[in-house]
Amino acid sequence: MDDALKDDGRLLRLTPAARTGLSISLAVALYGISFGALAVASGLTFWQAVALSALMFTGGSQFAFIGVLASGGSPATAFTGATMLSMRNTIYAVQLKALLNPAGAAKYAAAQVTIDESMAVSTAQESRAEQRRGFWITGVGVYIGWNIATVIGAVAGDFIAEPEALGLDGAVVAAFLALLWPRLRSREPWALAVLAALVTTLTMPLVPAGIPILIAAGVAVVWGLISSRRQQEVAA
Amino acid sequence: MSELWIWILVACAAAYATKIIGYLVPAAWLQHRLVTQISGVLTVALLAALVAMNTVSGDDGLAFDARIGALLAAAVALILRAPFIVVVIVGAGAAAGLRLLGVP
Repeated sequence: MDDALKDDGRLLRLTPAARTGLSISLAVALYGISFGALAVASGLTFWQAVALSALMFTGGSQFAFIGVLASGGSPATAFTGATMLSMRNTIYAVQLKALLNPAGAAKYAAAQVTIDESMAVSTAQESRAEQRRGFWITGVGVYIGWNIATVIGAVAGDFIAEPEALGLDGAVVAAFLALLWPRLRSREPWALAVLAALVTTLTMPLVPAGIPILIAAGVAVVWGLISSRRQQEVAA
Repeated sequence: MSELWIWILVACAAAYATKIIGYLVPAAWLQHRLVTQISGVLTVALLAALVAMNTVSGDDGLAFDARIGALLAAAVALILRAPFIVVVIVGAGAAAGLRLLGVP
């Protein structure tokens, strides 16, 4: 509480949101090494791997793009898979606009660093200053780390251990659960979280990658509409 | 320029379009009470979906491996009120430890 009162709104302060953002940046960025290595292994040139991380900058889409090429698919199929996986970023962007409303040129920069991690850290914060800090520090932190790591992976890929051996995929799971946790304070968010996780898991084998999370978002919108109508009925 | 380069740049432009389009939604649309309400439930659902996706995603649909151990270990750490960075380290440690024991 004291921290919130003292918060002067400056972006670069080592607050809880900043610490969360920096630790996520480190864990996720290390994945960039395996992206760089796999990209080159799947037939991309060094500069093509670097261009994907610098310009596309949405990890799931990048892995999908090179995954299709590695399995012998056409670049057009790679494009479709990557774009479907990026569609969830539109939902994040709408949410972040409602939350932070970056103006002018800032919104074009904000768009580039709108990803799972920056949305998750930002929306998990209580105060406006922390939401803003969480978004920018995570987004820019992951961007810098991911791009440096891509270069390292593309050059030295074969010499670096799999991120799985270090448990980095477990770290990412734990990080998203830790961001969700504070919101599970009553029965309704618990029920919704379990439903969203179930819907995502059950649809993953059935529809193309990237679509399950959009279905979960759709379930949440219906949930929100129903609970809002119920509240109105109670009020009336 | 090779065909692959063109597809890479087109895919990058498409990814940026999915992001910027959300910021170009008129601010007035977001003033509605319903949007605020849905935004709250949307956050919970998206975070839960990301937890599920990162835990069981596999090359052809689902894969069950050491990440489930990481999820359970992280939940225990959260119940014990561990700080964020400790939860992340516990998750990584659980996954790495299980793999040392031969879990995929």
